[in-house]
Amino acid sequence: MRWGMRTKQNTKKTFLYIIVIIMVIFYIFPFYWAIKSSFTADQYLFTKNITLWPQGFTFENYIKVFTERPFGLNILNSIIVAGATTIFSLIVGSFAAYAIARLKVPGKGALMLLILAVSMFPQVSILGGLFQLLRNMGLINTYSGLIIPYIALNLPLTTWILQNFFRELPKEIEESAYIDGCSKFETLWRIVLPLSAPGLVTTGLLAFIQAWNEFLFALTFMQTPEKYTVPVAIAMFTGKTFYEVPWGQIMAASVIVTTPLVILVLVFQKRIVQGLTAGSVKG
Amino acid sequence: MKAKSDYKKADIWLAFWLIIPTLIAIGITAFYPLGQTIYDSFFKWSLRPGFQREFVGFQNYINLFQDARFLNSLWNTIYFTFFSVLIEFLLGLVTALILNAEFRLRGLVRAAVLIPWAIPTAVSSQMWKWMYNDQYGVISLMLYNLGIIEQGTPILGTPGLAMAGIIAVDVWKTTPFVALLLLAGLQIIPNELYEAARIDGASMWKQFTSITLPVLRPTIGVTLIFRTLDALRVFDVVYIMTQGSVGTETLAVYNRSLLMDNIFSPRGLFGYGSALSVVIFLIIGIFTVIYMRSLNIKLD
Repeated sequence: MRWGMRTKQNTKKTFLYIIVIIMVIFYIFPFYWAIKSSFTADQYLFTKNITLWPQGFTFENYIKVFTERPFGLNILNSIIVAGATTIFSLIVGSFAAYAIARLKVPGKGALMLLILAVSMFPQVSILGGLFQLLRNMGLINTYSGLIIPYIALNLPLTTWILQNFFRELPKEIEESAYIDGCSKFETLWRIVLPLSAPGLVTTGLLAFIQAWNEFLFALTFMQTPEKYTVPVAIAMFTGKTFYEVPWGQIMAASVIVTTPLVILVLVFQKRIVQGLTAGSVKG
Repeated sequence: MKAKSDYKKADIWLAFWLIIPTLIAIGITAFYPLGQTIYDSFFKWSLRPGFQREFVGFQNYINLFQDARFLNSLWNTIYFTFFSVLIEFLLGLVTALILNAEFRLRGLVRAAVLIPWAIPTAVSSQMWKWMYNDQYGVISLMLYNLGIIEQGTPILGTPGLAMAGIIAVDVWKTTPFVALLLLAGLQIIPNELYEAARIDGASMWKQFTSITLPVLRPTIGVTLIFRTLDALRVFDVVYIMTQGSVGTETLAVYNRSLLMDNIFSPRGLFGYGSALSVVIFLIIGIFTVIYMRSLNIKLD
């Protein structure tokens, strides 16, 4: 009887592990395949004899990505654009979030609704209007031309997540700072923001990833290969002729830009999950 | 009257200064362009230098609903949304249930699951495009060995298969997110509930249908609507995989092509593209209202 329960327990466990393994393979395989392909020499890559391990191991694809095209510049563009977007959306967003979380003012509900509504805007619906605006301001094909729309795109998320974090801070600390003669703005700047550093890191990370990954605006507003951000550069990768797609290089480029993201996600996994769920589930 | 005096004047001013930068930012880059797009949609117009705006009323909208390409992309979008959201939900639920069970290295597996979510869609599209390659793609080879396709079949060039291929990429990329949201909902359920059910002799399936599903219902609702909104706007993956060919063009892909390929069009198609932008906005808007309602967001 007891033995029977044991085996039943064990079969269940084995079954669970099998599913876990299948699941992990499903989620990891394409990434692994990109890594494998990026280290494979062309003569082995373009053969019908497909193997799980890289044949003719080579770094050539990685070197070519930087020597044959402006990929280094593309990475720099993405760092500048996503970095600036993150910093500005954190500053601007934390101000708004504080007002919404802590100050008693009329019309707050409507304001929050207005800000949140923007996160629902289909990007393509404002593409035409935005293109004209940026064109009139001479910002097409410039960093600012991407940073400005990205900040607006990010603000609903930053404001929403940060106000969730601010609400959870103990009010007493702010009150005592206020009694000690700090103005409310000083309280925000000197006390609330440092205290919510973990929240800022999480939110910043999400904002950064969102800006780093954006495609439609980057594709439309950046018009020369030197100004492309990483996703556009990778999407536009072509060979010398139409039929000669340099898959090894595309995979190398893909691995270069995803590895840092994957590491960030692995390190900050708990925080990201917390932020994501706070941003969408918590009512 | 009394309630009003509860607000402190200083607070109101501070709040004003704190919120105004956000309002300016989203006003300039979201609401103003939206207004411009709505305005443009009533004109025959393009950015061609010297092109005279010509007011056409609702003509662009009327033409839109007689445009086979529009109706096709509308259908494709619905098709894509239905299947990707359905599969993502089912797979996400399985993933969440597994991540909620106890096993060794669970933390590591949880992190590994997040990887597809972190990869930019443009990049994962290229990764999959390579795996779909008709000559040297690993998925093509697998499907050929399974007898599902013939050798050398271009998955992304075959009607029907192309859309399925695109849905697979979206599923791969987004299921982790769905799983995370559902997992957050699962973790709220107290273990005692299951213990009590086990003592009463309830089967696993019974426990799932009478405890897990009912408690998870609000989370499921939010997740489904959230994903639906996103799927309706799908652009990146379709644009990179097929550019909208072989029956995969979605609303966003058609809309961008209408706007940007015809930006200086002598036929004034920019206004026509703007009308499509407005229609997409309205479709998403309807879903957003449902979303807000069902979320029951506390806004103060």
